[in-house]
Amino acid sequence: MRAGADAPGRRDAESHWQTGDDLTMAEDMVTIHVMGKQYEVPGNLTIMKAMEYAGYQFVRGCGCRGAFCGACGTVYRTKDDYRLKVGLACQEMVQDGMYLSEIPFFPGNKATYDVSELEPGSKAVLELYPEVFRCLACNACTKACPQDIEVMEYIQAALRGDVEKAADLSFDCILCGLCASRCPAEIVQYNVGLLCRRLYSSKIAPKAPHLQKRLKELEKGKYDKEIEKLMKAKKAELADLYNNRDMEPRD
Amino acid sequence: MYTPDLLELIKRVEATREARLHQEFPLLSPEDKKTLLEGFHPDYKTEIFRELKVGPSKGQRTPDEYADVFEAYSAVDPAKLDLSRVDHDVDVLVVGGGGAGAAAALVAQQQGADVLLVTKLRLGDSNTVMAQGGIQGADKENDSPATHYLDVMGGGHYKNVPKLVKALVMDAPEVLAWLEELGVMFDKEPDGTMITIHGGGTSRKRMHAARDYTGGEIMKTLKDEVLNRGIPVLEFAAVYELLTDGKKVTGAVVLNMETHEYVVVRAKTVILTTGGGGRLHVMGFPTTNHYGATADGLVLGYRAGAPLVYMDTIQYHPTGAAYPEQILGLLVTEKVRSVGGQITNIEGDRFVYELETRDVEAAAIIRECEGRKKGVVTPSGQDAVWLDTPIIEMMHGEGTIRKRLPAMHRQYERFGIDMAEHPILIYPTQHYQNGGLKIDDTCETGVKNLYAAGEVSGGVHGTNRLMGNSLLDVVVFGRRAGEAAAGRAAEVRKPGRLTLDHLSAYHAELKEAGIRRTRVSPMLLPEYRRPETIGKTIEVLS
Repeated sequence: MRAGADAPGRRDAESHWQTGDDLTMAEDMVTIHVMGKQYEVPGNLTIMKAMEYAGYQFVRGCGCRGAFCGACGTVYRTKDDYRLKVGLACQEMVQDGMYLSEIPFFPGNKATYDVSELEPGSKAVLELYPEVFRCLACNACTKACPQDIEVMEYIQAALRGDVEKAADLSFDCILCGLCASRCPAEIVQYNVGLLCRRLYSSKIAPKAPHLQKRLKELEKGKYDKEIEKLMKAKKAELADLYNNRDMEPRD
Repeated sequence: MYTPDLLELIKRVEATREARLHQEFPLLSPEDKKTLLEGFHPDYKTEIFRELKVGPSKGQRTPDEYADVFEAYSAVDPAKLDLSRVDHDVDVLVVGGGGAGAAAALVAQQQGADVLLVTKLRLGDSNTVMAQGGIQGADKENDSPATHYLDVMGGGHYKNVPKLVKALVMDAPEVLAWLEELGVMFDKEPDGTMITIHGGGTSRKRMHAARDYTGGEIMKTLKDEVLNRGIPVLEFAAVYELLTDGKKVTGAVVLNMETHEYVVVRAKTVILTTGGGGRLHVMGFPTTNHYGATADGLVLGYRAGAPLVYMDTIQYHPTGAAYPEQILGLLVTEKVRSVGGQITNIEGDRFVYELETRDVEAAAIIRECEGRKKGVVTPSGQDAVWLDTPIIEMMHGEGTIRKRLPAMHRQYERFGIDMAEHPILIYPTQHYQNGGLKIDDTCETGVKNLYAAGEVSGGVHGTNRLMGNSLLDVVVFGRRAGEAAAGRAAEVRKPGRLTLDHLSAYHAELKEAGIRRTRVSPMLLPEYRRPETIGKTIEVLS
């Protein structure tokens, strides 16, 4: 495998060969405790990269490494603090004296349904997830969310049957499950949000009229000849068409 | 947080912003594009490739890192593996849990097939979930599938397989309607009209988005549907080898990633939807890709006899994060440029139109840094250029970035940078494998009963893919593969013989080519431990 310094656009020699992390500043080493075990790691790393530095090769608890997939929910505590905090291992930086453990899986309830047969509203939500009734409005879910979503607000909206608002507020959810891990009412917020988004988008938001029109045209074979002609065209002909095609203005 | 030095440099970008606001910047001519690509795109550096010594595409040029996994032995000894007990007997085995896999499983089951989906990590763990910018589809009045076709062919340098491009553009409206019906929350006007924008190389605004979580929103919906329909899913279950009767694919050996026990799956047809190989880090490039993108499906299919196409073309996304170090190589979605973001050098001057195709855009950035020495060097020594984002707010009003690019804004905010206030530093990053297993328009590979869809396949995008055509690709060809594989399974009467004869033959070929047993593939997981750690481990438990 190649060293980091060979990577295109890299001008230093001491970085980790793939992650690019600067591992040279030894004075910035911090002590962390991974599931109770102590390791010395550079202080400029995320929890995920620090665990790899310490020698872990992830099977669980690592996904997109960019806060889109929710695989790396982590619970941690900092030095001299009793409070438990949560975050994503791929985004949170290590701190000296941090105690941490990943929560790579959370056994939350997932209802099954056929979205086409549901009516958008509180009835559908509460029949599938009756535990939403139990919401204490304690806001622990919102405080836990690494995406800064107003989780409690969307659960309350779902409870009222305001599916549109619940869909809008929950949109940035990455299904990490940290909200549910902190919920005293055992609500699986992320699945409720997902249900609301599917209900809103398939049942409340108007269908795109131009899309239906295009489908009818395709059914009638309106574009068949034009496509066939392009498929048979020689490269030079295509290039000519391409280089002289009209462009819709950018904005 | 920017350092004082970088904040000082930002002043130069700010100084030119007003003048750039209404500046028209021309597209490059075909000749200029050619010169630029040949001079600075990594695909044109001959020394990073080698010709494959074995297999059905022997002689084909591939990057060294890919060749290393093709020219490697299986950890399995084909003579010793016990295949006598069949643990799962199904019609269709779907390998991979991303967008293509989920779409394939849904359609195959709908056709009445008995489906099993296995995935190395979790259902939904994929590049699909990370795709931000959008999904193309010619569904507007001023657009047509033919216009889309031309954009795809031109962007792919006319190397695309016409039949596959036809499938891509002609299925697109139906795919969008399917996703809309399933409940994907597309950005819409109050009357339901889709909000569409440009991407690099599009001649019409046909990029449909769900804010900047487009792939995430599609993936969450498809995953939910797979679970709702009760399709059996094995997670942390990697296909380690395909099984064949010597010619046709008949099943797979599936490894439990946690217990390391294997199970034998007999299947009438198998669909590979395992994605690409960003985590092979061609030339040491950082990548935008998911942790699981280790080219496993390519290796499996190739060993079973499926030919490859265009493996010597890799897409480098022009705008990977170059600073801060913690997010090096992660994607800065093309949508940032679609909505008006401008690229400038250290002087604050634009040097390329922002919506050139990705290969041209990436090459222009590399040239600005390496060739013209007008890049910015970050504190840790990474070359970079500016992506001026505050200009977006000047164009479309304050708050636009938070509203239309929430994921991007959040990404930078986590590291103390407000991209609505300050520009960001970017550099090209390994993003997409343009080539892959050769397929026909039913997604069948060169091996009978073996199908492939999504990034693991090749030919659709020629030698350069356009933004928004990958999300489209995974759903179009995932659905096609599901339909075709279910149809074929219904015709297969007798259960196939389960052997590793193809693997024995491949091993023999490796030996004959003088390749020593120093490398094992498929890789399954990338290695990010320090060499010091790896050198000091004792494998007591394996």
